[in-house]
Amino acid sequence: MKNKILPFSVIIIFGIIFFIFYKGLEDSKIYTPDVNTKQEIPLFNTKEFFSGENVKSPSIFDPDKVYLLNIWSSWCVPCRQEHPLLMNLNLDDKLNIIGMNYKDNLKNAENFLKELGNPYKEIFIDLDGTIAIEWGAYGVPESFLIYNNEIIKKYIGPLNQQLTDEIFLLIK
Amino acid sequence: MKLFIFFLFFILFFPLSILNAQENDKKNEITKNLRCLICQGQSVYDSDSEFANSLKIVVDKKLEEGLSEDQIYEYFKTKYGEWILYDPGLNKNTYILWLLPILIFLIGGAIIYKSFIVKK
Repeated sequence: MKNKILPFSVIIIFGIIFFIFYKGLEDSKIYTPDVNTKQEIPLFNTKEFFSGENVKSPSIFDPDKVYLLNIWSSWCVPCRQEHPLLMNLNLDDKLNIIGMNYKDNLKNAENFLKELGNPYKEIFIDLDGTIAIEWGAYGVPESFLIYNNEIIKKYIGPLNQQLTDEIFLLIK
Repeated sequence: MKLFIFFLFFILFFPLSILNAQENDKKNEITKNLRCLICQGQSVYDSDSEFANSLKIVVDKKLEEGLSEDQIYEYFKTKYGEWILYDPGLNKNTYILWLLPILIFLIGGAIIYKSFIVKK
């Protein structure tokens, strides 16, 4: 009897370990950030892009309105690609696009806007990237759909036609 | 005399540099435990990406504000989720990870105990 328990339990243990690892094989190993969780928008102090005046975050976001916060930079190539889509989104009166200028040279950023147009209602600057961290952002470009001081949805990476259609649907 | 003044300065400023080093140690320790989310297999400490550099500044700021190490981890966890920590806590997704080694250890110990010690 004693001799039988040992091999039997070893087989069971290996069976369990095999099962766990086999299950693990099926899971996706690619890390996907959570984009749908509702999160309150962070509080921060920053400077306005054109005037350089100090701004506090609650003065930017009105709870009744829908905002799209777009993190952009003149050195970022995908931002250039998504810019026409932002101009397009700006045609909708319900949506207010706010820009966050990320680690940029202000002159270059101004030229960028002169060249491609300015879809932003308001722009503030994030020189060292710390405000982007407060927002839980990964890099540029990144967009946050905001309503009632909550982040409804995150768009990591450049927007495309499909995503802008989705935004139009969501704000309706 | 000059040598004396030099030594005096050295002695006066030496403790300060130790203090500074301690704060840096703390910062390094924290950033080593944070995963650089946009890099492949690098910690924030190892990386020189835009994301990691900003994160280092934030860690510095939080340390200056007087937050403890655990509070800083908690802060980044709320912002980026569990994945940013190299040392995951015990929850429903990680219980196998935490309990399996203990289980294997106990079962292995039981086998050894049974087959070697009881036999004697």
